[in-house]
Amino acid sequence: MIPAAALVLGVVLGLVLQPTVPAALQPYLPIAVVAALDAVFGAIRAQLDGIFDDRVFVVSFVSNVLVAALVVFLGDQLGVGGQLSTGVVVVLGIRIFSNTAAIRRHLFHA
Amino acid sequence: MPELPTEPQEAKAPRLAGLLRIRARRVDVAVAALLLVLGFALVLQVRTTQRDTLLTNARQEDLVQILDELQNRSDRLRQEIATLTATRQRLSTGSGASTAALTEAQRRTQVLGILAGTLRATGPGVVVTITDPDTEVSASVLLDALEELRNAGAEAVQLEGTGKGGRAAAVRVVAQTSLTDTEDGISVDGTELVAPYRFLAIGDPPTLAGAMAIPGGVSDRVRQQGGLARTKALPRLTVGALRALKPARYARPE
Repeated sequence: MIPAAALVLGVVLGLVLQPTVPAALQPYLPIAVVAALDAVFGAIRAQLDGIFDDRVFVVSFVSNVLVAALVVFLGDQLGVGGQLSTGVVVVLGIRIFSNTAAIRRHLFHA
Repeated sequence: MPELPTEPQEAKAPRLAGLLRIRARRVDVAVAALLLVLGFALVLQVRTTQRDTLLTNARQEDLVQILDELQNRSDRLRQEIATLTATRQRLSTGSGASTAALTEAQRRTQVLGILAGTLRATGPGVVVTITDPDTEVSASVLLDALEELRNAGAEAVQLEGTGKGGRAAAVRVVAQTSLTDTEDGISVDGTELVAPYRFLAIGDPPTLAGAMAIPGGVSDRVRQQGGLARTKALPRLTVGALRALKPARYARPE
């Protein structure tokens, strides 16, 4: 309950405060968001599988975001930032899809 | 469908509820904080994307390229402005000069065309009709009449008479015009005319008429030859006989 409320609270805060993204973070924020979403969907699946662990979630969330940002940063330094971002998004997207498929099976048996 | 046999149906509801259950461990706070940050970042990113899809999300090299292109384009446009401004200035000054030159040239053409007999001329003037029943009026009398008209300020003159075959003929009188006697009339620049002669002269009608009526002048001399000179002032007449322009063979403009 608290995590869902926190998520909603974050959305509300973002809508109310209307902040701007710092220029330094701009290339990494979208990838970080996708990575975090991947972690969240993984957590929901783990919860449904009965193997959810808070610590694992926190670590996977943070490491997902950091690794995604790091990959993009490295890609920028190597001159393949755009392609690497696309690659990361594709990989995370596939993971999100497979996680949601598992969640769907748990919830709807279909 | 990979339904796990170890997972009974009723066990799922508590698990799902467990996700939503209020717990107060420290790690839960971390989870909540992370999800709060996620929601915040999500909204932030969506809003940023909506605000400026093109530039805000562009990478540095893309931005540099865009900036480069913009600079190139603005350079090109600035050059174009400079070129066009120069062209406009040249055209405006040049066209002013050439318009003036054209106007002057047209004015000269008109003046010279009337002088040279290449243009029809119209205006007030007189018609001098000289009859010659005895074929006594010579070219010199007509030349005198012409000189009187010129002295009186005639600007365009034509001499009419009956030409070969009885048809009316008209010759524009210009600077080179010559009058010579023929057997039964005169020859004006090679065109033979017989009486009655008619001078059409454009100028100030009273002055021209007065010049014709000078005692001992044209009228009197014609009368001595047995003819009659009648002058009629007209507010408007047209000298319509034209003359082909012959280029000078020897004279060149200096």
